[in-house]
Order: sequence, then C-alpha cells, then structure tokens
Amino acid sequence: MPSAFLLMLVLSCAPAMADVPPERAVALKHMVTQDCGSCHGLTLKGGLGRPLTAEALAHAEPDGLATIILDGIPGTAMPPWRPLLTDDEALWIAQYLLKAKDPTQ
Amino acid sequence: MKCALAALMMFCLPFGVMAQTTGGMATGDLGLVIERASGSLVVIDRSDRAAIGRIEGLGDLSHASLTYGPDERFAYVFGRDGGLSKVDILERKVVARTIQAGNSIGGAISDDGRLIAVSNYEPGGIKVFDADTLELVADIPAAGKTVGLVDVPGRRFAWAVWNTGEVFLGDFSGAKPVVRMIGNAGANPFDAVLTDDAHTFLVGLFGEKGVTAFDLWSDAPEPQKFLTDYGKTGEDMPVYKMPHLQSWAFTEGQYALPAVGRHEVLWVDRETQAQVASTPVHGQPVFIIAQPASPFVWVNFATPLNDVVQVIDSRSHQVVATLNPGKAILHMEFAPRGAEVWISSRDDNQVLIYDTRTRMKLAEVPAAAPSGIFFTARAHQTGL
Repeated sequence: MPSAFLLMLVLSCAPAMADVPPERAVALKHMVTQDCGSCHGLTLKGGLGRPLTAEALAHAEPDGLATIILDGIPGTAMPPWRPLLTDDEALWIAQYLLKAKDPTQ
Repeated sequence: MKCALAALMMFCLPFGVMAQTTGGMATGDLGLVIERASGSLVVIDRSDRAAIGRIEGLGDLSHASLTYGPDERFAYVFGRDGGLSKVDILERKVVARTIQAGNSIGGAISDDGRLIAVSNYEPGGIKVFDADTLELVADIPAAGKTVGLVDVPGRRFAWAVWNTGEVFLGDFSGAKPVVRMIGNAGANPFDAVLTDDAHTFLVGLFGEKGVTAFDLWSDAPEPQKFLTDYGKTGEDMPVYKMPHLQSWAFTEGQYALPAVGRHEVLWVDRETQAQVASTPVHGQPVFIIAQPASPFVWVNFATPLNDVVQVIDSRSHQVVATLNPGKAILHMEFAPRGAEVWISSRDDNQVLIYDTRTRMKLAEVPAAAPSGIFFTARAHQTGL
C-alpha cells in the first residue's frame, strides 16, 4: 500500500509526458522533418523560421513550445497547427525537439 | 610550336575520342532531381524517362534549387546550409563547392553565364561568384533575409528583403557592382519572380495583402501594388507552406497567382493589374506553373492537402482536371515544349511522368524524397 502511494506521488511529480501511439509518433517525426523543416530547415538549423535544435531551444519550456506550435505566433509566418494536431501531439513534438540532439536522425 | 602541334593533334582526333572524354553524351534532354533529405541529385534522362545516375555530397538540400550554365553541362546547386556546389552532369560529380553563408535560399545565374548570385538568410544579403571557379566576386549585405533573387538581362540581378520590404537591383556588368534600392514592396516579401519578357519584377507579400510590381524596363521603376484586397470576405487560413513564385504562370495575358492563406488561384490582367477572376481550388497553392504552348496551368498544394495536382484552363478559369499522383507532391517540371510533366512525390519516393494531353501517367522514376525537378532547358530561360 505505501509503495503504491509512493508510486502515485512520484508519477504526479514527474513532468507530464505526452501520450502518443507509436505509429502516430512516426508520423509526427516525419512532420517535424518535412513540414516544420520547410521553414526551419530539414536539419532544423533554421531558414525563414528560427533554428529548432535542442541547443537553440535550451531555455524553452515544453508547455510554452506546445502553445506556440498550437497557436502560432501572430504577425509572423509561424502558423497555428491546432487544426492538424491535438494538445498531446503538440506537447509530444515540443518534448521531442527539446530532447533530441539531432531530431532528424 | 608545341602549341600549334597540340592544336593540330586535337583537330585530328576522331570525334568519338573527344566525346568519350565528356561521357559521350549530350545534355539537352537531361535534368536533375533534388533528393532533399539525402543531399543528393538524381540525373534524369527525359527521352528515356529514366534515372541515369546520382551525384552525392551536396550537404543540406532542404529547400534547395539549382540553375544551369549555358552549356547545359554544369549545374549550380544552392543548399540550405549555405553550400554552393558546381556539379558536372556528364561526369556526375561535384567539381567545386563552397560554404558561402550559414543559411541560404536560392540563386541565379547572370544572362551571360559568368556570374552566380546566391540569396542568403544568415547572414542576409547576396553573394556573387565567378561561375567558373566559384571565387567570390561581390558581397552585398542586406538588413535581413533576402528572397526572390532573379537574374535580369545585362549582368544584373534583382532581389527583395523579407524583413524590410526593400527591393534592390544590382548591376554587375562593370568593374564594380552598382546596387540601388528601387523601392519598398511592402510587408514581408516572401518570394518574387521576373516575367518572361524581363519587363516586370513581381514581389509577393506575406505580411500584407498584395503583390508589388516593378517595371524593370524603366530607368526609374516605381513600386505598383495590386491585389491588395483579395479574399476580403472570409477568414484567411494558416499558411503551412509559403507559395513559390518562380515559374509563376503567365498565360492568356494574365498572371495566375496564389492567394496566400486561401484555397484560391487569382487571375490578374497583365496590362491593367486588375483581378479578373478567381478559381477555387483543392488547397493553398504552392506552385502555379503554365504548361508550355497551352492554355493550361498546373497547381500543387501546401500540406496537409498536398497529394493532389489540379489543372486549370486559363480561358475559363475552371479546374479541368484533378489528379492524385502520389503523396506529398512538391514540384512539377514541364518538358520545354510541354508534352509531358514530371511531378515529384516526396513521400512515395517517386517522380511521376504525365502526358499533358491525356493527363495519364506514362512512367515512374524512383528517387529518395524528391523535391525540385530541373531540366537543362532552364539554362536558356531568363529569370530562373
């Protein structure tokens, strides 16, 4: 009983990991490379849009990034992806960008 | 004397031997396809409808483009990573390469084939290189990311700046370049194109509605903005891919233009710059390209609606065909006289060849995540 309680406590303290089925994750990775890559570069080192490498995003929070992905940045070329992505998927992409040394590999 | 002897020997050599040193092949019906993810090019043979080779080692080719030297043997490839590569189509190898900036977007070759200009994002500006050696000839900085670089007759280039809206015309015919700002196009130019007669430089705007025209036949071009209120009714949609203006369609005395953020192609009278029609289409147009020697234009679309190609009749402004060539259609290139069109399907790893009369598929050519398709005939077109 105490161990289950401890587990719950640990889970609730851990950062929320986005829940995305494996096949969707493959599609999202493809989307990051190809569609985000249209503006941010296939290697995410930048283009019309700023670089999205883990290094460039070092100070970003996953939730903040997910919000930018979902709502875009008004007045810039960054579009809102909400019509194409769920909240969980946007958070998954944010976490993926932050943790991947080279997300395109 | 030695020289004369050598010349004589060259002259006496059978043609076959000379041809062998260049691969024994003409290049007029060849082309290159960019494999964007693997940094390579596929050499294609239009007559054989086949891939005949591959050139590797070109760096980051996301959003890459290329242009051809006048002999149709050498291509200049502009990579995203700032790499400028000169490739030999016959030998199928990179013969010169320079990393000339941190991040670049495209380039152009001067009308005499002597100069290569590259449009850069980081640091912004254009750089001009000797086409033979890729040695730097001129470095023209800009206050932002340069877009829409085109060649203008008389060893000149024109370009726009995304951040400031400035439009420049640079003359590189003399000992020193003469660059002047010819006006401000408006908010956030995303691309530009030169009409086939080199008369009008059209700059598409992202930050506001409209297209700005500059008369390059004039000694003092003035910006003329038009299409400033298209799609007044209805909400604009998010733009998931910037439209491309290179190869913009000029047909039936009209420009066929992409409505940024809308599922529409806009038709503008070339003389009056008044909108004459709009055609509802499948998605947000990316390329709108005229089928040579015909009234038709072909359109592909931004993600997520990028599996479809539509054909519009420029007389009626009606969609006359909707094709489903494959997944993620990125580019279309017509045979110079329009008989067939080659279409790249990135996610099917294929280039699809369609007959433009029957609009039936003729053949498929495998390529890894293909994007731009470039036939060597581009060597002789102004503004490419």
